[in-house]
Amino acid sequence: MDSLRGKVAIVGAADTQVGKLPQFSPTGLCIDAARRAMADARITKDQIDGLITCNSMAEPYMYHAEAMAEYMQIFPRYCMSVGAGGSTTFSILHHAAAAIVSGMCHTVLITMADSLRSGLTRDQAMKMQSSAGHSQFEIPFGPTVPAFYALIARAHMHKYGTTAEQFAAIAVACRKHACLNPAAEMRTPITIDDVMNSRMIADPLHLLDCSLVSDGGSAIIMTSADRAADFPHHPVYILGVGEGHGHEHISQAQSLTTSFAAESGRRAYAMAGLKPSDMDFAQLYDCFTPTVLVELEDLGFCQKGEGGAFVENGNIELGGMLPVNTHGGLLSHCHPGNPGSMFALTETVTQLRGTAGARQVEDAKVAIVHGQGGIMSSHTTVILGRERY
Amino acid sequence: MTGQIEKFLPCPTPESAPFWQGCRDHKLLLQYCAACGTHQFYPRIICANCMSQQLEWREASGRGTVETYSIVTRAVSDAYAADVPYVIALITLEEGPRMMSNVIGCDVESVKCGVAVEVVFEQWSAEITMPKFRPVAGHPAS
Repeated sequence: MDSLRGKVAIVGAADTQVGKLPQFSPTGLCIDAARRAMADARITKDQIDGLITCNSMAEPYMYHAEAMAEYMQIFPRYCMSVGAGGSTTFSILHHAAAAIVSGMCHTVLITMADSLRSGLTRDQAMKMQSSAGHSQFEIPFGPTVPAFYALIARAHMHKYGTTAEQFAAIAVACRKHACLNPAAEMRTPITIDDVMNSRMIADPLHLLDCSLVSDGGSAIIMTSADRAADFPHHPVYILGVGEGHGHEHISQAQSLTTSFAAESGRRAYAMAGLKPSDMDFAQLYDCFTPTVLVELEDLGFCQKGEGGAFVENGNIELGGMLPVNTHGGLLSHCHPGNPGSMFALTETVTQLRGTAGARQVEDAKVAIVHGQGGIMSSHTTVILGRERY
Repeated sequence: MTGQIEKFLPCPTPESAPFWQGCRDHKLLLQYCAACGTHQFYPRIICANCMSQQLEWREASGRGTVETYSIVTRAVSDAYAADVPYVIALITLEEGPRMMSNVIGCDVESVKCGVAVEVVFEQWSAEITMPKFRPVAGHPAS
């Protein structure tokens, strides 16, 4: 198996409601997402022989995927949970594609959900905050998750002259897109001044530089490209995938300003035989605004250090040079934790099917999606296309 | 030490115990690899550069430079709320390794990238003394 290019396709994709959903358990959301994706692909549960999930923080299981299979009474021959933070979604996609191509299974359900808004106990919330970081050499000093990313932001500002207003432009673009998405949580337009005037959380990051805390779930169905024609919707093909894993703890990062997105991106482009200028839009992991700026650079959309100028003047908004996070992203659509980047994936499917309505990227054929987990730690890049190539 | 008992206290492991003993003695100890000549932090059973086990503990100068920082205005938990605003920083030590710490003993607004800092020790419990840093007088950001 030298390449996954064009060999697997996404044939079903769906999201649950998102936002504040105390009426659902995290398990309920995970199953609701699965049910919706199966309906979208018009398949029955017996057709699923592979299942991949990620664990829920609010309702964890020791063997989460097995628990979800049991709940639905499906009996897969390939079954696992993956945990790589925000990179989970695309790392899972990578594993699922490899499992299909190698014959471990034919049709994989990937489903994920969590209830970070409504479902966490105080102890769980505390544990979540203190789980990001080294238990001996980082956490005792009191870093918050925003503070970890603020370290990245500040390093970039110091080295390249990037400004807080440039980070703010990313939040503004995501909000503009969310305003066109009926499913998004935050649908009131914001300006750069609004971001700059919002409460400081961890200098230089303001409240509106930070992503949401939500409940929600999302799922997709994947199968081999050869089977994809049997499904009702236009398939979305995986053209390239690459991962890059640089560290777990930010204090151990080789570089604070260049991430292993450069590695995951290089691998994904090489597999796809495509380059940054071939991408019609991008869905980039936006737990905090600086991540988008660093990813744009490391994925080759501009030179290192020029991300600040790149995000200005509407370049990353719909109608601009490279629309980014067309659904509103984690910043303005929703962010239920590890499942967060699933929504970037289902949005990409929607865009490449050509059914995104008011926020449709014109003539969208190829897209890049990127997830990162930890503190710029683990990276997975996927290139998806409307055609198999 | 009121209130500090609820902070996230480090739990030393066999490989880190000498480091924390050093902090109790007000010495910043780093592992030095006799095989390849590099210092490392955090403590490991191998040299992460060359996988050698010829590691020895050496006292560091305690001096370093702020590589990046954030001023935290929303504390991670109630136990840290009294410290707000506090500075989280990544400090590059003279010997090479980078470590996270707080920069204390100064106006938080005076902390900048490139500021020279030196270690100070803050006792949290009988077992744990934390290595923190303060600006070196007369050494503004380079």
